Amino acid sequence: MTISLKPSNSPPEKLQPTGWLKYLSFSLDHKVIGLQYLVCGFLFYLIGGSLAGAIRVELISPLSDFMPREVYNQVLTLHGTIMIFLWIVPVVNGAFGNYLIPFYVGARDMAFPRLNAVAFWLIPPSGLMLITSYFINGAAQSGWTAYPPLSITTPAAGQIIWILSVLLLGGSSIFGGINFIATILKLRRPGLKLMQLPMYCWAMLGTSILVVLSTPVLAGTLILLSFDIVAHTGFFNPSLGGNVIVYQHLFWFYSHPAVYIMVLPAFGLVSEILPIHSRKPLFGYITMVFSIMGIVVLGLVVWAHHMFTSGTPPWMRLFFTIATAFIAVPTGIKFFNWVATLWGGKISLNAAMLFSCGFIINFVLGGITGVALAQVPFDVHVHDTYFVVAHFHYIVYGGSVFVIFSSIYHWFPKFTGRMLNENLGRLHFVITFIGFNLCFAPQHWLGLNGMPRRVAEYDPQFQLINQISSVGALLMALSTLPFLWNILQSILYGAEAGDNPWNALTPEWLTSSPPPVENWKGEAPLVLEPYGYGEKDSNKTQEGMK
Amino acid sequence: MPKLSAILTLTSSLILGVLGVWIAYNVDMLPVSASMNAPVYDELYRVLFIIGAILFIGMTALVIYSLIQFRRRPGETGDGIDLEGNISLEIFWTAVPAIVVLFVGLYSYDIYDRMGGMQPLMHDHSGQMNNQAERVWGGIGSGPIESSSTKNSSSLPIELTAMQFAFIFHYPKGDIISGELHVPVGREVSLKMESKDVIHAFWVPQFRLKQDVIPGQPTILNFTPTKAGNFPIVCAELCGPYHGGMRSNVIVDEPEDFDTWLKENSKESV
Repeated sequence: MTISLKPSNSPPEKLQPTGWLKYLSFSLDHKVIGLQYLVCGFLFYLIGGSLAGAIRVELISPLSDFMPREVYNQVLTLHGTIMIFLWIVPVVNGAFGNYLIPFYVGARDMAFPRLNAVAFWLIPPSGLMLITSYFINGAAQSGWTAYPPLSITTPAAGQIIWILSVLLLGGSSIFGGINFIATILKLRRPGLKLMQLPMYCWAMLGTSILVVLSTPVLAGTLILLSFDIVAHTGFFNPSLGGNVIVYQHLFWFYSHPAVYIMVLPAFGLVSEILPIHSRKPLFGYITMVFSIMGIVVLGLVVWAHHMFTSGTPPWMRLFFTIATAFIAVPTGIKFFNWVATLWGGKISLNAAMLFSCGFIINFVLGGITGVALAQVPFDVHVHDTYFVVAHFHYIVYGGSVFVIFSSIYHWFPKFTGRMLNENLGRLHFVITFIGFNLCFAPQHWLGLNGMPRRVAEYDPQFQLINQISSVGALLMALSTLPFLWNILQSILYGAEAGDNPWNALTPEWLTSSPPPVENWKGEAPLVLEPYGYGEKDSNKTQEGMK
Repeated sequence: MPKLSAILTLTSSLILGVLGVWIAYNVDMLPVSASMNAPVYDELYRVLFIIGAILFIGMTALVIYSLIQFRRRPGETGDGIDLEGNISLEIFWTAVPAIVVLFVGLYSYDIYDRMGGMQPLMHDHSGQMNNQAERVWGGIGSGPIESSSTKNSSSLPIELTAMQFAFIFHYPKGDIISGELHVPVGREVSLKMESKDVIHAFWVPQFRLKQDVIPGQPTILNFTPTKAGNFPIVCAELCGPYHGGMRSNVIVDEPEDFDTWLKENSKESV
């Protein structure tokens, strides 16, 4: 184990490939690994997005006429699994975490660089394995939740490959979590206190605690499930005396925190972006820290709200209703604090800012429907319907994915040394925002009026609303075109960014763009006030720039 | 000036509140209500809608206002105000959501109780014989289901067996087997459900009720239809390739029509 800031402890520079080849290598540089996560995640996002497109095409008409029903279930299973385990979790944690956390704590790399590289290189093979299962014998058909007995009775090959691939991805996630906790707690530059860290460090600390506590439970559960499938044991198989509800408890013990594993880092990233582009300090640093930790604690004790119709006893329904509803309090604090951060600022309406504000609006709606869903009597009507589909896409797409785009616009100059085209960025935002809301807002109505989720065919009275939703999905697909064009064009011909185009104070901007191996040429800067913006003391900004 | 901003804040919150209530009462997104607990559900829905509409419109308006009001004008340099926090404001927006959430929690508990959700099914139900209020969705962990469905003599016991991809209803009285659910208006139905293969769910949107149908664990759902008509029964838990096609109907008849149907289809003479 290497806990040292000295450059001499990492492999000599000449042994590492240079140029673009280093992104295909087993590089130990946290910045290379971060970008590997980001690009790999985006490729999987394109695949997962195409699958979503296939689902929306199938739902244009009430009949199951676009693809066979078995294939439809494989597509929805792959869509969910890819988007969660290969796009959002690896990108908000792995990509930005690996790139930014060492800068923020004033370190030259992560605590365990080799573990870090292993964590990344587990992802492409398990992702490919998952996708290939479709071409071999058919992929898993039981949804990303893989509830038994359905997951035991559908074709075994696809389900087993699904389990193996999720186990590997979970392992990668645990490696990453351990690495972040060690880096944040142990590699801080001398003189830097915890309460002086940028908010993203706190978000990653909280997220990593959730990862380390809950992912092993998922792993254990899936191993038991694979025993049921391969060795015909009876843990979850009712015909052999097993209990299907136990699986749901174990599964959601991980998979509800998984939602926070997808959104807490996004909360952290927004907390970095908003102050810089509104030129104001982050409002209420201390309450922000406590609300992150509050969400972590509450997030571990709310899982059974996914099971209100599974036949849970009344006391359990009551407890989980109250615990879930109370998550709204720390979450609400964060949103009010972000709006207060905007208030009285000098706001640049660039793509990073627009996507962050789009995130606030979308997530508030997703949060409101979330509090409603936490109420047992409300949930019993809309559980497992399109209302829930709308709710969680407002959280994970309207929330996390908007933040991912915001972060790409914000940190692209640091990654590449070149600026993105802001007009194309704003166009990307407008199409994405309209497309997203057109796609998912009408689904609330569908769920309330009787359309269940995960269906290939539906009551013809829902056709018009489904078609509107599909048009929204088409816009979302089109919105990636200006984005991709912008990225490719700017990598080659974008304007030179300079070291610090946003005039920011956090340490990643106090080095060249892109930063050198080991992050800083000289000593790591000591940033005690990462959010020291604001007019009152104009010297502060200038100090930060030096 | 502080007076003016206080008046502005008050007025805008008032407008926001009225707007929230107006929207909740004028945007109707729910299907027909056809069971005894549906109106109770709709009441909860409306309260949640009012609170949600106020919050959503308020936050969106604040974000858009800030983006317009505090945007960087061309040629403008420098930073925003140096404001790192405000303890009383932060306490305010911790306390208000906490109170709102507490209110929503207690209110939905009350709704849940009125729907009958808190009544333990494991006990003898003799005390509830005259209880007209509907008892809803039992479930596993609720104890011996036999006693709960048979003790209450006024309720109509029906057994539901779900399988890939159909609902089969069995009426112990008359030994009728049907693919559709026939029930009379105004009488409590006690549906005992079990699945033969995978997990399914019994959902009637117009009744605002859903309960998973689980293999190896019988569940129970009690409801009282209030409106004659034909409503869909939808399977709401992914159960295989034909999940989307797993639908049936509940036919709510006037009591006389129901008795006729029962007589016509009975295998034994009633």
